[in-house]
Amino acid sequence: MVVCGPFSAGKTEFISSISEIDVVSTERRITDGARVVKDQTTVAMDFGRITVDEELVLHLFGTPGQKRFDFMWDILSEGMLGFVVLVDSARPETFREAKTILDRFGRYSPTPYVIAANKQDQEDAWPPDDLRIALRAPSDTKVLSCVATDRESVKNVLLELLYSILDSVHEE
Amino acid sequence: MALKGNLRDFNVTQLFNLVNLARKTGALTIEQKGKKADVCFKEGKLVYASVNGQDTGLIGMLEKAGKISQEQSRIIRARSKTNADKELGLLLINAGYVTQDDIVKSVRSHTLDVVYLLFTWTDGSFRFEPNKLPATGVITVPINLENIIMEGSRRVKEYEMLQNELPDLDMALKFTERPDARLQDINLTVEEWRVISFINPRNAIRQIAKTNSMSDFKIRRIVYGLLSAGLVDLVMAGGPKRLAAASNAVSAPPPVKRSLIVRLIDRVKRM
Repeated sequence: MVVCGPFSAGKTEFISSISEIDVVSTERRITDGARVVKDQTTVAMDFGRITVDEELVLHLFGTPGQKRFDFMWDILSEGMLGFVVLVDSARPETFREAKTILDRFGRYSPTPYVIAANKQDQEDAWPPDDLRIALRAPSDTKVLSCVATDRESVKNVLLELLYSILDSVHEE
Repeated sequence: MALKGNLRDFNVTQLFNLVNLARKTGALTIEQKGKKADVCFKEGKLVYASVNGQDTGLIGMLEKAGKISQEQSRIIRARSKTNADKELGLLLINAGYVTQDDIVKSVRSHTLDVVYLLFTWTDGSFRFEPNKLPATGVITVPINLENIIMEGSRRVKEYEMLQNELPDLDMALKFTERPDARLQDINLTVEEWRVISFINPRNAIRQIAKTNSMSDFKIRRIVYGLLSAGLVDLVMAGGPKRLAAASNAVSAPPPVKRSLIVRLIDRVKRM
């Protein structure tokens, strides 16, 4: 699963709260020769892990927040079950960037996603319902309250995303 | 000697201010990325403006202003033996198609549209040639520059905002599925209703603008208003079927079994 969002939205904290390993900010070398761009570029990303059992491990990737690393999405999005768009609810100046991310990856994506309205513990945080309007999020998209430093809150966001993924999977 | 330079160093607002204060007469030509605009002034007043690619003839202006229909426009063009706007204008007035006031308002509206567009040009070369005026036969309407400069400055800010909100005019629109969104109780302008009547996921915003002879700025302003009011949503042009095929931003998720997702859910719950 991928956690994306504007710079400083709380992606590292989100993954840290739920990962069983210390979040690794990795310098990841793009080695896939099929990619057209920047195969010599190294990029820092957050990486976390949740082990289910010997056979099943969930990897969590946090995309770099800076716009110049948007190309990383092309790499991360392959094999992705779903993604979280994390938004700093207390900084409306970041909503425009969040909307750009939603417009580019969320609105027309076949992959399930949720929007997490982070920093809901702060006084200036916009409530999720207001954030939905500000981001012009589709009415069928979940906009969830989130405090990325609170494990239970992060669990709730992941569970809602997993339920959305479950709804989208056909019967075996 | 012609004044010349680049808009990066001396912008449109400053140029118009110079013309106004110095009460200049002449023609200002601005060129930018394959586009060329000509603006004429007489004693510090704006009298004419055109941008290449736009129909600057009187018929086009009257049609754009809604004074004549598309069908009337076609007929007049086919039957008209003259290209000179002044002569054509007299013929149209005598034939009862339009009044003199219609012509003045249409020319003024077209001129202002062109000029307000120029305020958004931030790069490009300009050249001012003194005493050069439009060809005889072209209808000119003197317009004071002070208000234009004020409105132009306001529009630049709005234009930048609208560009950010709606960068892609090749998107289409669909009516929102919000149950409380009703068009009956909404007050819209004639132009907004025109746009509403073309809303269909198969019609790109750019196409709607072209059909209604609207500038990019105008259509963005209208669509932004409709979006903000929650009446419409943006979609990929072509409708739902093309939606999935055209989306390159995110790959389709890998095929997974429900049991795997259930295992993940159970694991996260236990954390």
